[in-house]
Amino acid sequence: MSQNNKVYQNADLACHDIFNGASLAVGGFGLCGIPENSISALQKMRIKNLTCVSNNAGVDDWGLGLLMQTGQIKKMISSYVGENALFEKLYMTGQLEVEFVPQGTLAERLRAGGAGIPAFYTPTGVGTPIAENKEVREFNNRQYLLEMGITTDFALVKAWKGDTFGNLIYRKTARNFNPMVATAGKITIAEVEELVPTGSLDPDSIHTPGIFVQRIYQGSGYQKRIEHLTLSEN
Amino acid sequence: MPLNRQQIAQRMAQEVQTGYIVNLGIGIPSLVANYVPNEKGVYFQSENGLLGLGPFPTQEQVDPDLINAGKQTVTYQKGASFFSSADSFAMIRGGHVDLTILGAMEVDTQGSLANWMIPGKMIKGMGGAMDLVAGAKKVIVAMQHTDKEGNSKLRKACQLPLTGVGCVHKVVTDWGVFDIKDGAFILTEHAPDLNPHEIKEKTEGLVIISSTCRPMVFDDK
Repeated sequence: MSQNNKVYQNADLACHDIFNGASLAVGGFGLCGIPENSISALQKMRIKNLTCVSNNAGVDDWGLGLLMQTGQIKKMISSYVGENALFEKLYMTGQLEVEFVPQGTLAERLRAGGAGIPAFYTPTGVGTPIAENKEVREFNNRQYLLEMGITTDFALVKAWKGDTFGNLIYRKTARNFNPMVATAGKITIAEVEELVPTGSLDPDSIHTPGIFVQRIYQGSGYQKRIEHLTLSEN
Repeated sequence: MPLNRQQIAQRMAQEVQTGYIVNLGIGIPSLVANYVPNEKGVYFQSENGLLGLGPFPTQEQVDPDLINAGKQTVTYQKGASFFSSADSFAMIRGGHVDLTILGAMEVDTQGSLANWMIPGKMIKGMGGAMDLVAGAKKVIVAMQHTDKEGNSKLRKACQLPLTGVGCVHKVVTDWGVFDIKDGAFILTEHAPDLNPHEIKEKTEGLVIISSTCRPMVFDDK
């Protein structure tokens, strides 16, 4: 594929073929480093029955919370959803399926899926409800759970800078799940704050090599909402 | 009087040794950093992808791309690094973090803890807690001794869905400091105003008063 084929003009064009019932891996931690433009595009497209793999579910009126308001998400695979009151309501009334996955296991399942590893053993969660119906195996006198790798139809990531080949650089803690999510999608759509020509980024500084990215566009109007503004007392 | 939240945090800080890498949970544990002196050279790890957490920012320093695991705005200290969630949990699960301090709804005499859901009532998810208790070298719980109805949160056996089995080494509450050993809570220090025998009586799980049990001492700060 020629590198130029990867560049799209905007979120609507880059996301145009995401379909009803698709599975999506979505980057971000809380509201930090989330693909704001792609999520807004999905909301406009009104596609339904989505399965979303994302550490969190946004808040009631931002992030993936937007797609929950419009009833577009059928199932969430997440580690923590405490910031979204709507989520809790939808889940408790049976309108939303949820699979809770420990945060480290979720990161590793995406990493493994993207790296061609179908399953792996982890000590996390042994003896807890998440171990139900999972194979347990002992190594060196300790028990481990078998967890499956995750791949999805699409992956939505957000980076700080990217080039037209899809090389990505994240900024500070906005990196979080984005690098693993980028590897896990059959089609990975990256939105960046600044899109630059190939050759402008230092190869030593690339966090996600362009091979993992099929589509890239420069996003606009980033809100970067802060969940808990906390200031020093001095 | 039992300890207040700041005093629990102050006592917890004594568990943080020179050169430690420490992960702090949300709530009382997050206050511990305020009481760890800089001279100890401690690095705080935040599981969303930062080793070397600094203090909360001034208005001018606020950066939406820089938060902690509690989604609060933060800064970073000299020597800090940013990394992905997979690398973060490689640190945690791989046994590279010396100490994790986290909150709990229940802890029992086997060292199991529950802190992520109440069936039919509350479901928030476990976040990174299951990985932290499975992987950190030392696990300490900081919490109130009783729930809002006055029931002991130090249980014979946890009733809520578990976060981890047999993983907690120590509990610090507003009543005292307990090592978990041989199926009991060993009371090693008590809140200065509380009587150890009364603590034992009002705790559901078996409490053994250590022969060296003493009132808690706070460093001046």
